[in-house]
Amino acid sequence: MNATAASVATSARWENFPHDADVGVRGFGKTPAEAFEQAALALAAVVTTAEVAPKIQVTVNCEAPDIELLFVEWLNAIIYEMAVRNMLFSRFSVHIEGTRLDGTLWGEPVDVKRHQPACEPKGATYTALKVAADANGTWSAACIVDV
Amino acid sequence: MDPARFTRVDETSWRIEPRGAMRVPAIIYADENLIRDMDDKVYEQAANVAMLPGIVQASYAMPDAHWGYGFPIGGVAAFDADEGGVVSAGGVGFDISCGVRTMLTGLKVADILPVQKAIADSLFRQIPAGVGSTGAITLDVIEMEAMLTGGAHWAVERGWGEARDLERIEEGGRMAGAEPAQVSDRAKKRQHKEMGTLGSGNHYLEVQAVAEIFDAKTAAVYQLQQDDVLVTIHCGSRGLGHQIGTEFLKDMVVAAQASGITLPDRELACAPIKSEIGHRYLGAMRAGINCALANREILGHFARRVFEHYFPNHNLSLLFDVSHNTCKVEQHKVDGKRRELFVHRKGATRAFGPGHASLPQALRAAGQPVLIGGSMGTSSYILVGEASAEQKAFASACHGAGRAMSRHAALKQWSGRKIQDDLAAQGIFIRSPSTRGIAEEAPGAYKDVSAVVLAAEHAGLARRVARLRPLVCVKG
Repeated sequence: MNATAASVATSARWENFPHDADVGVRGFGKTPAEAFEQAALALAAVVTTAEVAPKIQVTVNCEAPDIELLFVEWLNAIIYEMAVRNMLFSRFSVHIEGTRLDGTLWGEPVDVKRHQPACEPKGATYTALKVAADANGTWSAACIVDV
Repeated sequence: MDPARFTRVDETSWRIEPRGAMRVPAIIYADENLIRDMDDKVYEQAANVAMLPGIVQASYAMPDAHWGYGFPIGGVAAFDADEGGVVSAGGVGFDISCGVRTMLTGLKVADILPVQKAIADSLFRQIPAGVGSTGAITLDVIEMEAMLTGGAHWAVERGWGEARDLERIEEGGRMAGAEPAQVSDRAKKRQHKEMGTLGSGNHYLEVQAVAEIFDAKTAAVYQLQQDDVLVTIHCGSRGLGHQIGTEFLKDMVVAAQASGITLPDRELACAPIKSEIGHRYLGAMRAGINCALANREILGHFARRVFEHYFPNHNLSLLFDVSHNTCKVEQHKVDGKRRELFVHRKGATRAFGPGHASLPQALRAAGQPVLIGGSMGTSSYILVGEASAEQKAFASACHGAGRAMSRHAALKQWSGRKIQDDLAAQGIFIRSPSTRGIAEEAPGAYKDVSAVVLAAEHAGLARRVARLRPLVCVKG
């Protein structure tokens, strides 16, 4: 149990990476699902670095022919929920079964004063899209998001 | 980029010779410094576009080109439906019909200065801007359909605009061939509360002053004089366009494969124009164009209301409204023959020269206004389309300064608060819901817009008419 927790702690992380006009999101984890969850945190950080309370739960599901396209679908599902619910999210849970993804998002309605949202993601792109495991078995999931 | 990678045709034309799967050459219009500063990805992306089926003449990139997704931002490509040509959701982008409109106020800088700060605050209150902002206009199913087919006409009919604006909007304010039935319920839901909102990122509403006139004759036709005050709005089709782009991109990846099209980059997702999905996309994309035209007309109306409050005897009149993310069916001369082509412009402005039949009578002899957005704190430009632009790049020109630095890098280098204070000291009032957003959009993160428009002029795409300086900028 502790060993698992330790390995999560060492592999689970996220980052934003630069693009001329837009911004890259990348998540790392010990499974594709965990890399997807971490990349969602990178997406959330594109909008705000202020604290977002995980008060409201939203579920999403999506399907795609392969794991990379599924990753884009996942990010686009989050972008859609942010837009139509006028919410920001800060916690993410992903379950992947073959080509299907079931996800849960936790967040709260946008509070412009408190969250100071910097920009609104328009859509996840197939540019710099990569979902793969490295030699150590750590998965990464990345793409450029249009903002 | 290393200029040695190109065949240099002249001072401002750089050619990538066809190789591998490229069907035509790629041509970038820029001066040597702009080429040196461009990301290598522009080279790669312009060459990739040249590989798409049915592409005509060349894949082009404008002087403000930078690394996009699929197409470079600043990319132009035309396709012939009769030669297996494609329409590409990636070639139009997520923000369908994102564009710029400039309105004349009839005021001089001296009129504005006493109330400049108050106008900045009023515009910021009246123009919904930034993430999470919603408009006061919500559309039911019937109104959504009417908006998607009516464009700016719909906005005018509902009292959010003026009929005299319409002839000065591309397509007369209404894009024909829109099919609201091809727009998904999810896309419509995303737009439900977003009519009359500015958005975020590089979108803005600016109050500007004419700082310099280059071409007095054309400036007179455009009714521009030194120290005139203008209002310029940059935004697009909001959530509806983003969702149309997202959904068709996914479907076109599959459709391209099914049609035997090898994509050098999945973001170039496309389908034959003469296909079921190609037809569906064109119907949805044209509805997205109408959404953008309606949105900019509404925002123009909001700006009018603010100015009428401070200056009751002045009514803003539209100079022009032009989109820079579209696919349009146009007639162009190729090798001496007129052909009907599907022209994709991704971060590039249509730039019709003098005499073009689509221009309103008052502007026709001079040519189309080409509106070039600057970056907060720097100059914007009004150019006029050159006749030579048709043969050079299917009548296209640049659309803005183009980013020189990522948002990431900008955020590390600048503080939004300091930029706001520094610009205020220069007499430029910035209003935004997010100081981080201001840092990401720092003027220094963009290329020198003056170098970009000069390169466009030297390349024969569009000619400078006037330079504008900002007085107020409302950022999303």
